[in-house]
Amino acid sequence: MNFRHAKTFLLGAIALCFLVSLFENQINSYWLFISYDIGVNIILAVSLNLINGYTGQFSLGHAGFMAVGAYTAAVITNQFGELNFFAANGVFIVALVAGGLAAAIAGLLVGIPTLRLRGDYLAIVTLGFGEIIRVIFQNMQSVGGARGYSVTHNYTNFFWTFGLAAVTVYVVTSLVHSTYGRGFIAVRDDEIAAEATGINPTKYKVTAFVIGAFFAGIAGGLYAHSKQFLTPDGFGFMQSIAFVVMVILGGMGNTIGVILAAILLTLLPEGLRALADIEHIPGIAQEFPLSWVGNARMVIYSLLLIVLMLTRPQGLFTLRKLKIKN
Amino acid sequence: MNPLLQLEKVSIRFGGLTAVADLDLRIGENELVGLIGPNGAGKTTAFNLITGVYQPTAGQILFADKPTSKLKPSQLTRRGIARTFQNIRLFASMTVFDNVRTATQLHCARGVRHALWRGRAFRQGEQEVESHVMELLEIFHLENFFDAEAKNLSYGDQRRLEIVRALATQPKLLLLDEPAAGMNASEKNALMQLIQFIKDKFQISVLLVEHDMKVVMGICERIAVLDYGVKIAEGKPEEIRANPKVIEAYLGEESLKNV
Repeated sequence: MNFRHAKTFLLGAIALCFLVSLFENQINSYWLFISYDIGVNIILAVSLNLINGYTGQFSLGHAGFMAVGAYTAAVITNQFGELNFFAANGVFIVALVAGGLAAAIAGLLVGIPTLRLRGDYLAIVTLGFGEIIRVIFQNMQSVGGARGYSVTHNYTNFFWTFGLAAVTVYVVTSLVHSTYGRGFIAVRDDEIAAEATGINPTKYKVTAFVIGAFFAGIAGGLYAHSKQFLTPDGFGFMQSIAFVVMVILGGMGNTIGVILAAILLTLLPEGLRALADIEHIPGIAQEFPLSWVGNARMVIYSLLLIVLMLTRPQGLFTLRKLKIKN
Repeated sequence: MNPLLQLEKVSIRFGGLTAVADLDLRIGENELVGLIGPNGAGKTTAFNLITGVYQPTAGQILFADKPTSKLKPSQLTRRGIARTFQNIRLFASMTVFDNVRTATQLHCARGVRHALWRGRAFRQGEQEVESHVMELLEIFHLENFFDAEAKNLSYGDQRRLEIVRALATQPKLLLLDEPAAGMNASEKNALMQLIQFIKDKFQISVLLVEHDMKVVMGICERIAVLDYGVKIAEGKPEEIRANPKVIEAYLGEESLKNV
């Protein structure tokens, strides 16, 4: 993929998001909410792809970073009452960035001590970290503890969700598509050789963790202001696994594939839900209700994942290695 | 003038085992030195001491008159020590071009900010890197493969690519760990020419760790011999060839006749 027109892509994407958001109230609100989910999941999957895919550090703590961002942003916006349009959006972006920064600090704190670990060990430590975050929020009475925390404002809209998704894609892609950024892949491919070529692997790993966590925090803020209710259990390790699945399904280190996987995996459960509502199949005379699909929805979802992994272990959307040259 | 690399009474112990004992070694500017010895003699350990993988338990190593203790391998590479590996270690999923490009980054201080802003300085830097890398690839006749994944190259080409990658860090000293391993006679000849060529073209010092006597004797100006972690001889190839201690420890009468 040629990334010469990186900035054009970014500005174009943001302009497009702005245009669509002008017509936001025309869109069916069910699909609008699903589109928010898609945008949030794209941010999470693409940022996790920097850590897991490009840098090769198996992290299972992404939901933890997301939680830090979600709670931080929510606490900030909850301090304000009704605001006019500009003030509201100003407060929102500040809250999102603050959430991102808080998550980035969390990423740094996890990163520095644990990045001596490799592979399975790192996965276990990040998993433990994610659980610690969840338990901390569960016991923090000021944000509702296990009862959950309600978020006053529904600031999340199409523009912020997809504009920030575009920023995430831009940041991760332009980082990796540079001489500097080849270092991430070098660390993944062979740490010892990377060191012999003057690369400091620890620095790269911490950078990947901090940037990945920052965007996970931003995604958390967006999530908080679209769902308007946060529970610590929503950021459990199953959630982290879901993001890892998106990265693996899309193809490790393949940004476009990961975006498509995030879209697909967000739509799949909804699609199955829609399928369950069908009572007649066109062309078949007698009743043929598909309501059983509703009950077996998650089983089908899991089965599909198994089949996909068996048939496309290199990732669903990896046709061939993308040629990367600036 | 002081030598480029200077090992002074360097020892390293792993528990009760002394892998390298009181090793003295000097490598001058633009000199080609060979380090030989039988299996388990401590050659690779000495190599790892110089490149900072291990820290010596006693003695000190000076590179360009500065001690190298406590420096990590990546920092030593920045100072000018580049290496290749006994078992080739390329960035397998990257293209040939990117393998070399990665190694140029310590000279093109373009960090996160530049990569994100993608301004004029960044593009100019990337262009310079690109032409520099292609130039290097052309010198070593790898330019036609620039787009190929490194793991798809032939064995000899992979060896060469690893050397190109090391040279892309613009070293003053190049350490080659058994570069002739697994090569046939004609490949070995080509390799000898290549090493000589690198030394002359880039005006750098080379330390060669090698099993193959023909290669070492053929190109090295000076040879040091290790046995059980102790340097038992050092001198010109002819002197080493005639040294009875070396013959006893390593070469054996048979191999002497073959050289």
